[in-house]
Amino acid sequence: MMFPNIPALRYDVVVIGGGPAGMAAAIKAKELGLNVLLLDENDYLGGILPQCIHPGFGLHYYREELTGPEFASRLAKRLVELGVEYRTSARVLEIRNYSDLEKVVFFTSPSGAYQVWTKAIIYAAGARERHAFEIGIVGDRVAGIYTAGEAQTLMDIYGIMPGREVVIVGSGDVGLIMARRFALEGAKVKAVVELMPYPGGLARNVMILRDFNIPLYLSHKVVEVRGRGRVEKVKVVKVDENLNETGEEFWIEADTLVVSAGLVPAVKKLKKIGVEIDPATGGPVVNDRLETSIPGIFVAGNSLLINDLVDYVAEQGGLAAEGAKEFIENGGIESRKWIKVERGENVRLIVPHYLSGERDVYLYLRVTRPMENVELRIPEVDKRIRLPVVKPAEMLRIRLKAEEIRKAERLTVEVVKA
Amino acid sequence: MIYRFTCIVCPLGCAIEVEVENGKIKDVRGCTCPRGKEWAIQEVTNPKRVVMSVVPVEGGALPTVSVKTAEPVPKEKIPKLMKFLANLKLKAPVKIGDVVAEWEGIKIVATRGA
Repeated sequence: MMFPNIPALRYDVVVIGGGPAGMAAAIKAKELGLNVLLLDENDYLGGILPQCIHPGFGLHYYREELTGPEFASRLAKRLVELGVEYRTSARVLEIRNYSDLEKVVFFTSPSGAYQVWTKAIIYAAGARERHAFEIGIVGDRVAGIYTAGEAQTLMDIYGIMPGREVVIVGSGDVGLIMARRFALEGAKVKAVVELMPYPGGLARNVMILRDFNIPLYLSHKVVEVRGRGRVEKVKVVKVDENLNETGEEFWIEADTLVVSAGLVPAVKKLKKIGVEIDPATGGPVVNDRLETSIPGIFVAGNSLLINDLVDYVAEQGGLAAEGAKEFIENGGIESRKWIKVERGENVRLIVPHYLSGERDVYLYLRVTRPMENVELRIPEVDKRIRLPVVKPAEMLRIRLKAEEIRKAERLTVEVVKA
Repeated sequence: MIYRFTCIVCPLGCAIEVEVENGKIKDVRGCTCPRGKEWAIQEVTNPKRVVMSVVPVEGGALPTVSVKTAEPVPKEKIPKLMKFLANLKLKAPVKIGDVVAEWEGIKIVATRGA
């Protein structure tokens, strides 16, 4: 034992993160007979689900429409039924990889610090939000600037209104959903400002703007905030087709700026130990067991890639747990050769990156730009799937059979005009 | 009067146009399935939404419970419903799925326990 003063625990698999990916992973691992410990830094399970109080979750996974807290509670209930060991308020400080079957997770918790020796790790720590500085918003450092998730935590966990007159940056799902929450609770949503020439969210969420008569400024960006102590006004600039600022600008008076500028997989602790990262997803490079470049470290959910449906997040958790089971039983994930998945025309990102050809897989991908009447093609295996519409906001998920995958040395996935 | 929507029934997202004359539906264009057509007509004649909010709760682990309407509510009633919800206060324990209040025959259901 390397740190004799820190109490040591021993498990087959440690799941880091108690959101939908982590809970689904821990449930599956337990069902597969593994000795599993789940750690989450919040004082409640569910990750961001408990604050996502709108319906629209679970249509694929549970075949009924649930709110976020309901989805989370179903997973939590199953977790408890199975007797999965979990600790909340448990913050992981560090992961160390000593050998393929010897990893250590250090965490602190109200009952002290621990070292957990484990054979496999499923990393499901979610994502972080991009903030105002990352998207180049300058000006006064004032109160009233929130990320969408912060505003959501305040409103829908703690019941606190963050502001009364709101400008929202970004028309992704989170931004639109917060626009609705603010409008429902009686705040005035003065604008949703979107850099791209099209809205970033799912169609059902774009409808929110019509429901509440909220102006949407496409091809615009917020560049500056002014105020004394509190946000008073924000400057909006029109951009051209290359996203460069034009001279056209105006100010909107508001007391609150909500930044919904996208999510980034929260994988700092993995990077630190040398896990290879795909710049396109911001998450780790993985094989079809969702194993990273470090053997025995698996990843699922928004730490793998940013998902738009929790259903797929939970699915990935289950897949990662199956991977961990195979890893522990066989002493590694074996493949005669790995078949590389390449991004072709109009594919911005795709996961997993390497396929074994020994099992069926789901490919998760996003396109770069919206298109109609297209075909998803994998020329190497002569696969074609007709798709009437593709949008960057809507992740595509396709099933490939092992025998299809095996036919080629590598697979190029492209989305082209049919 | 022509109403234009992006259909949300499925991921296809058809651009639907509903033509209304003297309060009557004259034509529905652009949808590619009967469910979409039905939805578009409903959107024009009687749009409904499931409404969600949070309600303060005393003595729970978190200071609020989240709630939703058990069924979709006509859109024009939503502001009045929100005022009703704003005045609700609950006491723990609240179980997920509990009907915590009723407003004009619409059940308000807890979606998070406390």
